[in-house]
Amino acid sequence: MANYPDDLQYTKDHEWIRITGDTGRVGITFYAQESLGDVVYVDLPKVGTTVKANEPFGSVESVKAVSELFSPVSGEVIEINAKLADAPELVNSSPYDEGWMIVIKLSQTSEVDALLSAAEYEDFINEK
Amino acid sequence: MSSELRQSPLDALHRSLGAKMVPFAGWVMPVEYGGLVGEHLAVRMAVGLFDVSHMGEILVQGRDALRFIQHTTCNDAARLVDGQAQYSGLLTEQGTFVDDILVHRFAEDTYFLCVNAANTTKDADWLTRQATGFDVNVRDVSAEYAQLAVQGPRAVALVQSLTVEDITSLGYYRFRRDVVVAGVPTLVARTGYTGEDGFELYCAPGDAARLWTALTEAGNPTPCGLGARNTLRLEAKMALYGHDIDDTTTPLEADLGWMCKLSKGDFLGRGALQQQKESGLTRKLVGFEVEDRVPVRDGYPLVADGQELGRVTSGSPSPFLKKNIGLAYLPIDKTAVGTQVFAVVRGREVPCRIVPTPFYARPK
Repeated sequence: MANYPDDLQYTKDHEWIRITGDTGRVGITFYAQESLGDVVYVDLPKVGTTVKANEPFGSVESVKAVSELFSPVSGEVIEINAKLADAPELVNSSPYDEGWMIVIKLSQTSEVDALLSAAEYEDFINEK
Repeated sequence: MSSELRQSPLDALHRSLGAKMVPFAGWVMPVEYGGLVGEHLAVRMAVGLFDVSHMGEILVQGRDALRFIQHTTCNDAARLVDGQAQYSGLLTEQGTFVDDILVHRFAEDTYFLCVNAANTTKDADWLTRQATGFDVNVRDVSAEYAQLAVQGPRAVALVQSLTVEDITSLGYYRFRRDVVVAGVPTLVARTGYTGEDGFELYCAPGDAARLWTALTEAGNPTPCGLGARNTLRLEAKMALYGHDIDDTTTPLEADLGWMCKLSKGDFLGRGALQQQKESGLTRKLVGFEVEDRVPVRDGYPLVADGQELGRVTSGSPSPFLKKNIGLAYLPIDKTAVGTQVFAVVRGREVPCRIVPTPFYARPK
């Protein structure tokens, strides 16, 4: 299903990661943005910050609530999506492309094995 | 847990519309349908339809009804005529809120109170306990009523299109009990909780779905959930019980002194309010704007010079004003318009400025 592209990997906290070599671009899933509603603010770490798998790296806010963002993998933040400061709604309109959040240089590539495939993630949210 | 939650008579209808249902005040209610911002803006620009069947209704009836209402509420119910409603407070002896309510006068011996869902049982018990010595009967009639709110600039025309009675001439805070809307007998009140013109329609629970459907077919109002209801009422600076007011705060502190008629004679809490007025307020509920894009939420601390001044009672992005706004009790010397304070957001101090309220008032 187009809402969960096959070339991404997913977490049970509703983040996705697109792995390219030893880096990964991270955002939140279609399901996550739809559950949040209209996104009005995204709090991202600074470039150079070290993040850990399954630990918070920032937060995303809708009109009604604030939710933590969890990193799918460990590593160093090497890029952030500066566009989200002025256009946080990109998270809703384009969760897998323009609404991406950070790029991580992985410190433990084996962590990727613990992530869900698109099919596994879809099964997971359908059970909720 | 969920089996203990009460359901609106419109529960199935909400689910068929794709509403996100959430637990709220002992009920399961829609928080949003197609998106909170769209719903909010529809009420400001066109018309929105809310299910507020969770609200409580209490009937006060008897020879001493007026005297009893005067004793238990802080506003002056003697000013009401039949068919008129009034915002008021049920206060404790300490002058703090048991609840904020709408008092509708049916007749000199009959008053119909609309109360907060979470407080319905508490209010009915409270009123019953105060009734000793009054020839009056207090009855929780919540199960007999569903309530829909039709709010926004197109609201009056929409409801009018479904009834032969002239309701466009109904004054603000006036109501009629005998109006048949789309074949459904309703109490039509020109009241609301959004800052817009519109009506609150009370009907039998069994008629609620028919009324909702007729309104939808007649004017295509945007179905709105509790999320938009909250942001709308915050822009209009209408207090939310349990957040902006509760049994630790008085109407004077909440900037609702206008509804306390100390000259009407004795009432519960009057002595405490009189005393607070004479000694002067030490804190007051004020509105602030956040001078940053980050939203400031309920419960966040407000600080200045490293000292905590108070906590946010309601805080949210404002969908119409496109700013982040909030309410908080602050020490009286920090309440002047223009004063700068800081909200602590995830460890960061974010500048906020005290502004005049309401944040939004509809154009006259």
